Amino acid sequence: MQQYLNTLFVTLEGAWLRKQGEAVEVRVEGDTRLRVPLHNLDGIVCLGWDIGASAQLMAACAEGGITLSFCTPHGHFLAAATGFAQGNVLLRREQYRRADREAASLAIAGNCVAAKIANARTSLQRARRDRPEAAGDAPLADAVEQLGNALRGVTRARDADTLRGEEGNAAHQYFSVFNHLLSGGDPEITFSGRNRRPPLDPVNALLSFLYALLGHDCRSALEAAGLDAAVGFFHRDRPGRPSLALDLMEEFRPVLADRLALSLINRKQVTSADFEKRENGAVLLREESRKKILVAWQERKKEELTHPFLGEKMTYGLLPHIQARLLARHLRGDLDAYPAFLWR
Amino acid sequence: MEEDIRYAPLSALQHLVYCERQCALIHLERVWLDNRLTAEGNVLHEKTHQEGVESRPGIGIARGLQVVSQTCRLMGQCDVVEFHGRRGRGGGAPRWESVQPVEYKRGRPKSHEADRVQLCAQALCLEEMLAMPVTAGALFYGEPRRRTPVAFTPELRATTLAAVDRLHRLLDGEITPPAVYRAALCRGCSLLDVCLPRRRETPGRVSIWFGETLQHLLEEG
Repeated sequence: MQQYLNTLFVTLEGAWLRKQGEAVEVRVEGDTRLRVPLHNLDGIVCLGWDIGASAQLMAACAEGGITLSFCTPHGHFLAAATGFAQGNVLLRREQYRRADREAASLAIAGNCVAAKIANARTSLQRARRDRPEAAGDAPLADAVEQLGNALRGVTRARDADTLRGEEGNAAHQYFSVFNHLLSGGDPEITFSGRNRRPPLDPVNALLSFLYALLGHDCRSALEAAGLDAAVGFFHRDRPGRPSLALDLMEEFRPVLADRLALSLINRKQVTSADFEKRENGAVLLREESRKKILVAWQERKKEELTHPFLGEKMTYGLLPHIQARLLARHLRGDLDAYPAFLWR
Repeated sequence: MEEDIRYAPLSALQHLVYCERQCALIHLERVWLDNRLTAEGNVLHEKTHQEGVESRPGIGIARGLQVVSQTCRLMGQCDVVEFHGRRGRGGGAPRWESVQPVEYKRGRPKSHEADRVQLCAQALCLEEMLAMPVTAGALFYGEPRRRTPVAFTPELRATTLAAVDRLHRLLDGEITPPAVYRAALCRGCSLLDVCLPRRRETPGRVSIWFGETLQHLLEEG
């Protein structure tokens, strides 16, 4: 299996990135702080307002299929440097045609949503198996049951609204018992439902940050596979919304982001001291804490699994790339359906 | 309006001779995956593609020379072109006794024809541009670091022209051929993970797999 390539995260305000030979060089006030060979990277993500890159580096990234993105310190996407559109215009035209056809869209969207619910359910099941005190937890058992029903509903859905209804219902059930998965962490960290824009508690702040990182990976994986990240099959197109990246993220949320959030809290790697509260009630990760989480995210992506459909060993970090390519193969007619990632 | 004649890149010819599907993935589907091998190749090329001409008495060396053939509809760059035996200037441009393309390659000399075909195609371009015969060139392999001379025999020219023809048909058809697993070639291919040659999908297989796996997950608990 191909080697897993790293993402270079740059969080230092005032940093200037440039190409030196076959490497990217990070300079601050004229001093070189870091050099990384370009062929070891699949992405460069700058988190800060005052970070820049040379035109020569942008060109080299575009040429070599390395995503170069600029985000706020909290990981929200601002801009990316791209060259001539990657991939094949024929594939993108096919993507648009399918997105315009309800039945074809529903087939892809249904598998994305089914995989999301199945993976969320598997996550809850694992918690019940792994923790003796969770075995007799009635609400947890009930949520597993409800998610199973939602999953059956999704496989029977005949239109997009039914699909959206089942997805919303399943998400509500899942997050209603999410705090049952918190144990052994900082007692001040509690969770009472998903909220965002702004996140109002530490768990939501952590989830939002991890989802931003996952979204970046999904968007760049889709672009690398030659697809248009803005035209989705489940999420409706809206200007500025990376709908297909949001579609692709669904199956990974419970597996890549939610589980990492839980293990960071339960192992006390993240405590209430890592967050600050703003005047408007928003809870945000502190700057130093964000770096710690970036490292944990990278470590998580190096862990290995066997891909359920391909049967090959690979790292979690490769999953978005592999799934994006499987989706492209479905659109090109090589595969009769999109084999969304089902976590075992 | 821009003229609509499509030229194929010389590098595509090498991909085609190696594997038609690899060629289609790179040039039709525009998949690009850098692996260690191509990265090393890029560094090797980086050294040679600094454009310019150096001259020693009686020999000229051009690096990164752009070449084109109108008849084959090919264009690309030569790593190195050596000009030997200068014969003064006829009509302004220098005339040479012989011209040799030299291509730098990573690793060992290959058993397949791809490198030689690519070099021969460069010779066809040079012949057309310089209006003189180009009878031989050389491949320079990274290990062992030595030159392998290549004669542009009638047989190699015929192989090359046939490959050019197949290349244009593939690019015009815009259809990626299905994968055929050939261990010796596939193992050295940087697109192995995109191509997945060992998976021959039967119709309906994915739907069946997905449905069965979901069912299995539901029954587990």
